[in-house]
Amino acid sequence: MVDVTIGAAGVIPPAEVKDVELYHPKSWVTKYVFCQDAKVIAIQYSITALSIGLVALVLSWLIRLQLAFPSSLSAIGPGDYLQFITMHGMIMVIYLLTALFLGGFGNYLIPLMVGARDMVFPYVNMISYWVYLLAVLVLVASFFMPGGPTGSGWTLYPPQAILSGTPGQDWGIILMLVSLILFIIGFTMGGLNYVVTALQARTRGMTMMRMPLTVWGIITATVLALLAFPALFVGCVMLLFDRILGTSFFMPAVVEMGQHLKYRGGSPLLFQHLFWFFGHPEVYIVAVPAFGIVSDLISTHARKNIFGYRMMVWAIVVIGALSFVVWAHHMYVSGMNPYFGFFFAATTLVIAIPTAIKVYNWVLTLWRGDIHLTVPMLFALSFIVTFVNGGMTGLFLGNPVVDVPLSDTMFVVAHFHMVMGMAPIFVIFGAIYHWYPKVTGRMMNDMLGKFHFWVTFLGAYAIYFPMHYLGLLGVPRRYFEMGDMAFVPQSATTLNGFITTAALIVGFAQMVFLFNLIWSLFKGKPAGSNPWRATTLEWQTPETPPGHGNWGKELPVVYRWAYDYSVPGAKEDFIPQNQPAVPRTA
Amino acid sequence: MSITILFVLAPIGAIIAWWLSQQRLTAKPWLEVGAIDDFPGTGASSLPAATIGLGVFLAVVSSLFALFISAYFMRMQVADWAQMPAPKVLWFNTGVLILSSVALQYAQVAARRGRMEGVGDGLIAGGLFAFTFLVGQFFAWQQLNAAGYFLATNPANAFFYLLTGLHGLHLLGGLVALVLTIDKVWRGFALAQVRLSVKLCAIYWHYLLLLWLVLFTLLTPWVGEFAVICRQLLS
Repeated sequence: MVDVTIGAAGVIPPAEVKDVELYHPKSWVTKYVFCQDAKVIAIQYSITALSIGLVALVLSWLIRLQLAFPSSLSAIGPGDYLQFITMHGMIMVIYLLTALFLGGFGNYLIPLMVGARDMVFPYVNMISYWVYLLAVLVLVASFFMPGGPTGSGWTLYPPQAILSGTPGQDWGIILMLVSLILFIIGFTMGGLNYVVTALQARTRGMTMMRMPLTVWGIITATVLALLAFPALFVGCVMLLFDRILGTSFFMPAVVEMGQHLKYRGGSPLLFQHLFWFFGHPEVYIVAVPAFGIVSDLISTHARKNIFGYRMMVWAIVVIGALSFVVWAHHMYVSGMNPYFGFFFAATTLVIAIPTAIKVYNWVLTLWRGDIHLTVPMLFALSFIVTFVNGGMTGLFLGNPVVDVPLSDTMFVVAHFHMVMGMAPIFVIFGAIYHWYPKVTGRMMNDMLGKFHFWVTFLGAYAIYFPMHYLGLLGVPRRYFEMGDMAFVPQSATTLNGFITTAALIVGFAQMVFLFNLIWSLFKGKPAGSNPWRATTLEWQTPETPPGHGNWGKELPVVYRWAYDYSVPGAKEDFIPQNQPAVPRTA
Repeated sequence: MSITILFVLAPIGAIIAWWLSQQRLTAKPWLEVGAIDDFPGTGASSLPAATIGLGVFLAVVSSLFALFISAYFMRMQVADWAQMPAPKVLWFNTGVLILSSVALQYAQVAARRGRMEGVGDGLIAGGLFAFTFLVGQFFAWQQLNAAGYFLATNPANAFFYLLTGLHGLHLLGGLVALVLTIDKVWRGFALAQVRLSVKLCAIYWHYLLLLWLVLFTLLTPWVGEFAVICRQLLS
C-alpha cells in the first residue's frame, strides 16, 4: 500500500519559475473581445474556424448535388462548380483545420498543459487572432464581389488562375491571395507564441520529455508551419504581382482569345514548386497535432500509459523533418527528371516508417487496456482506422508509376479526404468532446454525441470508399459533369447518387453536433474539474473553467510524466502530473 | 529549392537537432518520478523569452528570403532574363546601413556598460541612418524608373523591386520597435528596463544588414557571373 506524503523530502517549493506579470482586463471589451488571455483567444479562433468551416460544408453539399444530378440543377453552372470546389478545399485545409488545431487547441492547451499562466507574448497573440479574422472576412468578401470567388482549384496554379477563362478572375483571385497573405502574417504571430511558450514558460519540473504528446504535436506542427508558410507567402506575393502589376514571374507568353497578353517567359512550374514546398508540410501541419491529441485521448480513455512515449516523440520530429523533402510527389505529372521522381518516391515512402511506428504504438496502448468507449475514445479509434486506410492509398500514390494513371482522378480525392480530411476531423471532434468539460464546466450530451459519431464515422466510409472505385474507373476530379465517356459505366452515376445521399446525411449529423455544442453550454451535466480522471495539468486547475492566470496563487510543480495511468499499487488508476513522488512505505 | 534547403532549412534543422539533443530525448520518463533537481538542464533556457522569440522570427524571415532567392535563381534560367544595372546610390545606401548597424552596436555596448546617454545617442543615430537608407532605396527606385527599368519590363527588374521593397518593409517594422525603445529612453525608464530592447534592436539590425549584403550581392549585375557559377554548383 502506498500513500502520499506532502511536505516530505520529495516535495520541492515552487520557486524557480519566475511568475509573469499578467495583463488584467479592465472592461467587458478587453475581457471578451480584444482579450489577451490565450483561453479567450482560443475560443475566438475555434468559433471563427467552425463558422467558416460550416460554409465549406455547405459548399461540399452543392458539389455533391451537382455530381449526383448533373445537368438537372439549373442553379449550378460550370463556373459555380469550380468556385465551390476551390473554396471548399481552401477553407477546409487552411481556414478550418490549420486555424483550429494551432490557433484553437494550441492556444487553449499549450499554456495549461505546460503549466504556464498565459502565452509569453499575449499582445501579439491577440493581434494574431484579429489578423486571422480579417483574413477570413476578406475570403468571405470574395463571394460577394463581381465575378465571385476564384475557381482556379485550391492549388491556384498559374497561368489559369489569373486568366479570364477562370471564374473570379476580376476580384476573386486577388482577394484569395490577399487573404492567404494575411493568414500567414497572423499565423506567424501566433506561431511564435506557441513555440516560445512551450520552450520558455514550462513550469518547474515539466521537462520536454514529460510534456503530453499533444504539446509535442502542436509545437512540431507550428515549427513546420513557420518554415513552410513562407513558401506560400512567396508564391502568393509573386502571383499577386503577376495579376495586378503585370510582371511575368509565373506567366508564360499567352494568347488569350486571339490576343497576345503582355506576359512572357514566366515559369508556371516555379509556382508549383513553391506551392508544394508549403503544401506538403501543410498535410503534416494538420496531421501532427492530430497524432499528438489522439495519443492523449487513447491513453486517457484506455486507462493505460502511452506505449513507447520516446518513440512517439522521435517519430513526430522525424515526420516533421521528412515532410520538407517530399513536396515534388505532388508534381509527378508536371514533368521532372526521372531521378528526381525516384528521390521523391523514396523519401515519400520512408515517411511510412515513423508513421507506422505511431500506429503500432496506438494499437499497443489499447492492447489489454481498460477501454472506455466514451465519445472521445470512439472518435480516437475511428481516427486510427481511417488514418491507416488513407495512408495505405498514399503508398499507391507515392509511386510515380502508379500515380501517373491515378493522378487527377477521384482516387486522389478519396485518398486525401481519408488521410487529411476525415482523420484529423475525427480527432477534432474527439478533442472537442474531451476538453469541452474543461472549457465550459459542462459535459456534452452523450446520446447525441454517440449519434453524431456513428453517423459521421459510417457516413465517411459510405462517401469515400466508393470514391476509390470511381477513381480506379478513371473518373476525373474537378469535372463539372462527365458527359459520355466510354470507360465510365452508367452505374458510376448511380454510385455518385449514393455518395451524395451519404454526404447529405453526414452533413445533417454535424447540425446535431452544433446543437449539442450549444445546448450543453446551458443544459449539460456539470462536469467537475476532472471528469475523465486524466493526469495532465489542464485537469488539475483550481477552477473549472480555468480562471484568468490559470493556476490561482502558485504555479503547479510537476513530478512525473503525463501518462501515469493504472500504476500498480496506486490508490487510483491515475496519478496527476503534479502529485509528488511517493516514498515507498513498508 | 536546393538553396533554401541547403542554406536555411539545414542550419535551422541542425540547431533544432542540437537543441533537442540537450533535452535528454533518451530519458525514460516513466521511470523518473521525482523533483526537477534530479534532472538538471532540462528546464527553460536562461535567455529571455523575447530573445528566443526574435530568434524564431529571424528563422521565419530567413526561410522567406531564401525561398525568394530560390525563385530568383530558378526564374533566372529562362531566356528572357535581362539583368539591369545597379544604381550607384546603392553603394551609398549600403554604407549608411552599415553605419546604422554600428550605431546600434554602440548603443548596445553603452547599455551593457551602464551609460544611458550613450544609449540614447546610439539609438537615435541608428534610427536616422536607417531612415536615410530607406530614403536612399526610394531614390534608387526612382532612378531606375526614370531610366526606363520598369517593374513589369523584365523579371530581373521585378525581383529587384520586390526584394528591396520587402527588405525595406522589414526595416520599417524594425524602426517602429526602435522608436518605441527611444521613447522608453526619453521617458526615463531605468537602464535595466531598456537593455533588452536595445539588444534585440541591435540583433535585428545586424541581421537586416547581413540580409541586405546578400541581396545586394545577388541583385547587382557584376555578380551575375558569380551567380551563374553558384547556380551550376548548386543544381
